[in-house]
Amino acid sequence: MQKMNPYKIDIGAVYSHRPNQHNTVKSGSFLALEKELVFDIDMTDYDDVRSCCSGADICPKCWTLMTIAIRILDRALRDDFGFRHCLWVYSGRRGVHCWVCDEAARKLSVAARSAVAEYLSLVKGGDETVRKVVLSDPIHPFITESLTVVERYFSQYALLGQDILGSKEAVDKVLALLPEDVRKKLLQYFQTEKNPETRWETLKSMAQDKRTTAKKGHYFEMEIMLQYCYPRLDVNVSKGVNHLLKSPFSVHPKTGRISVPIDLKELDRFDPFDVPTISLICEELDQPKTEEEQEDTMEIENKKEAGERRKMRDYKRTSLAKYVKLFDQFLEGMAHSRKGELLKNSDLQKDF
Amino acid sequence: MQFYSRRKKLIGNSQTEQLYGHCLQFYGQPPIENISLSEFETFAVDRLKLLKTVENLGVSYVKTSEQYTKKLDAEFSNLNFPYKIEADDRKPQTGPSEYEKRRKDHISHFILRLAYCQTEDLRRWFIQQEIDLFRYRFNDLPSKNIREFLEYNNLHYHTISIDEKKNLMDKLINSSFAVSGSTVDCKDFYKVPFQDALDLVRTRKVYLKGGYVYIPHQDIVTIVLNDFRTRLSKALALTARSLPAVQSDERLQPLLNHLSHAYVGQDYSIQKSIGKISLEQIDPLSAKSYPLCMRQLHRGLRDSHHLRHGGRMQYGLFLKGIGLTLDQALQFWRSEFVKGKVDADKFDKAYAYSIRHMFGKEGKRTDYTPYSCMKVILSNPPSQGDQHGCPFRHSDPELLKQKLQSYKVSPSGISQILELVKGMHYQLACQKYFELTHSIEDSGFSLNHPNQYFMESQKLLVGPGAGVKVEVKREDNPATKPPNPSPHQTPGPGNLPQEVAAEITEDLDSFFQDA
Repeated sequence: MQKMNPYKIDIGAVYSHRPNQHNTVKSGSFLALEKELVFDIDMTDYDDVRSCCSGADICPKCWTLMTIAIRILDRALRDDFGFRHCLWVYSGRRGVHCWVCDEAARKLSVAARSAVAEYLSLVKGGDETVRKVVLSDPIHPFITESLTVVERYFSQYALLGQDILGSKEAVDKVLALLPEDVRKKLLQYFQTEKNPETRWETLKSMAQDKRTTAKKGHYFEMEIMLQYCYPRLDVNVSKGVNHLLKSPFSVHPKTGRISVPIDLKELDRFDPFDVPTISLICEELDQPKTEEEQEDTMEIENKKEAGERRKMRDYKRTSLAKYVKLFDQFLEGMAHSRKGELLKNSDLQKDF
Repeated sequence: MQFYSRRKKLIGNSQTEQLYGHCLQFYGQPPIENISLSEFETFAVDRLKLLKTVENLGVSYVKTSEQYTKKLDAEFSNLNFPYKIEADDRKPQTGPSEYEKRRKDHISHFILRLAYCQTEDLRRWFIQQEIDLFRYRFNDLPSKNIREFLEYNNLHYHTISIDEKKNLMDKLINSSFAVSGSTVDCKDFYKVPFQDALDLVRTRKVYLKGGYVYIPHQDIVTIVLNDFRTRLSKALALTARSLPAVQSDERLQPLLNHLSHAYVGQDYSIQKSIGKISLEQIDPLSAKSYPLCMRQLHRGLRDSHHLRHGGRMQYGLFLKGIGLTLDQALQFWRSEFVKGKVDADKFDKAYAYSIRHMFGKEGKRTDYTPYSCMKVILSNPPSQGDQHGCPFRHSDPELLKQKLQSYKVSPSGISQILELVKGMHYQLACQKYFELTHSIEDSGFSLNHPNQYFMESQKLLVGPGAGVKVEVKREDNPATKPPNPSPHQTPGPGNLPQEVAAEITEDLDSFFQDA
């Protein structure tokens, strides 16, 4: 790969034949055999509900949307679908990717991928749609679980950070999602009550009241929370078996940031602006080695080949070290699983 | 199947009785018997009429409503297909016996497989109608027969224990509208891998845990349907491969050709009117003769000087369908994009390629056909920033109402349209829009394609002779020979006499024209 010096590296499926020879193969025989199930969450898809930034920009305030997205989707992929090997990666600019690498996930058909993506989709509609989340009885456990996550962040993120019940403009957008009678009552109420958190509590209690009196379920406070915070994924990215996605650890051409894996154990502390850039890595590589490092390399020198020596020394001196370690742990997890499967299968075949 | 010209009398024996032991089947085994050509033809045409009815009813009514089932019942009995378990088989019956009806069901299915396996479109249509048909019949089965059917077809889905049911009680109730506490207590719940229940997963109508869905007995139909769809899809692919052998039989070929040509609908891909539309006409045409979806796309394009991919495909192919040439299309899109953020160079680099692709001048040179209503409604729903899709399906009803008001549709007309939208009859809503904007009572056609809308509109406004002419292109099959029997054929025991053959094709023609 060093010889090819690629401009960009995208990863797709494993095919039955070499892709560049697909024309030589009888039509119908060239097939995608396996591909990770992937998800792409892009901040621009939230432009209608974030007031701090728009387009390709992100800031610590709206980054919370990614945190929420990762928590909700990761839980669903693990608990609901039973997938155990999900790698979350920062895309380098304005979003995150998820690579689901379980064997069962890799073998999913296009229809299955599309079904998984639809199951995970709650926000529907384009510019023409005002109310993008519509909930009705019964509320599926998946929605309940997702709401639990959103609730943890809603006050800090939406009420304070995005100030959705502050300015008139923002308030109008929220009110547009409510039934007529509730909207009128709240407009009046908001004339005197200015505190966003109190406003929200009132809105919530109005929803609860409506639920006890009306026959139909009214879930507008939940719909608002979901419309403002629930992950918006591009179904087409997840559906396609021929789709390509940026490789982890590649460099984003516009920001220079490396696409690094995200540590879910430290998710709330992940800062996209702290992610190493290619220039930083180069700088770090250029630094002279410390004495300690020199000693280490002397030891290793005796044991490994030159190329590997160089490899091991280099990235460990940079900020990439911890991310590579994360990736290694992920791979170890997968290797462990695979060994377990192989053992299980050979046991079943009475092959000791 | 072997064919002889003389009708062979069937003798029911124990073996064949077992073959049709159940009124519903997966069509796993092809029939192994001899039948006459005329029976071959009757069976095929009857089943086709049935499937066509299934399609029409499916568009006009919700598939589980009473009107739907009543009308379909009537069609079933008219055409002598098995549809209800006869309460008492020994009751004297007029007309064909249950056994004969099941045999007809079996054989006609396989005949239509031959006719509908050749192209993707044909296969998709056939599978869709067969699935709807299967669902209708399965839903009709009493639960004892369902259990029998499952066993008979080796669908072993495991039930969960009573303890597990108790633990999951709340979750199960909240996952499905139809499931209550008593359902959980009394009925069986099956644990099925989620890959076998994609429809239920997709719509979140079922409880999903650890990769398994928990399905109440009454919902097993969806699972069974999925299984049916997969089997049929594979079977059609296999059939396509052995088709050349069948097509070389001159007796079958005309019939099979006719069967597959008439029912996929026009695809508006070849226009006699190429070049008859000038770019200046597009704006006024968009107001007068475009269906709402295209009017919206055109408006979106004019307003923001840009359309996203979904919009470009839907609108671009529509323009091709109404007669724009490639050069006109390039000029049209370029002039609009250049007014926006895209300069001429970028346009040529990035967008021109995809327009040429649409016209079949790039890549694998497929001449893409303009999207039908079904395609627009069902696939690729628009999201944030998109303008494509069907406004009756994808727009918020409030916004739709405002838009119709701005287009000067009368208030009563608008409420009629909104009623249809509420009932999910999107194409009927669009038809109503057509009727209101053209000030006529009855459109006189059944809308299923945006280009059809345009064509009908032009017919009304400009007259059928003049103006935009569309030559309807039937699904062309390069592998088949012309439908008429060769003039050198002499009447004999193995061949159809020429007059009879011509008669058959004429009859078929006139039947197929009525839709």
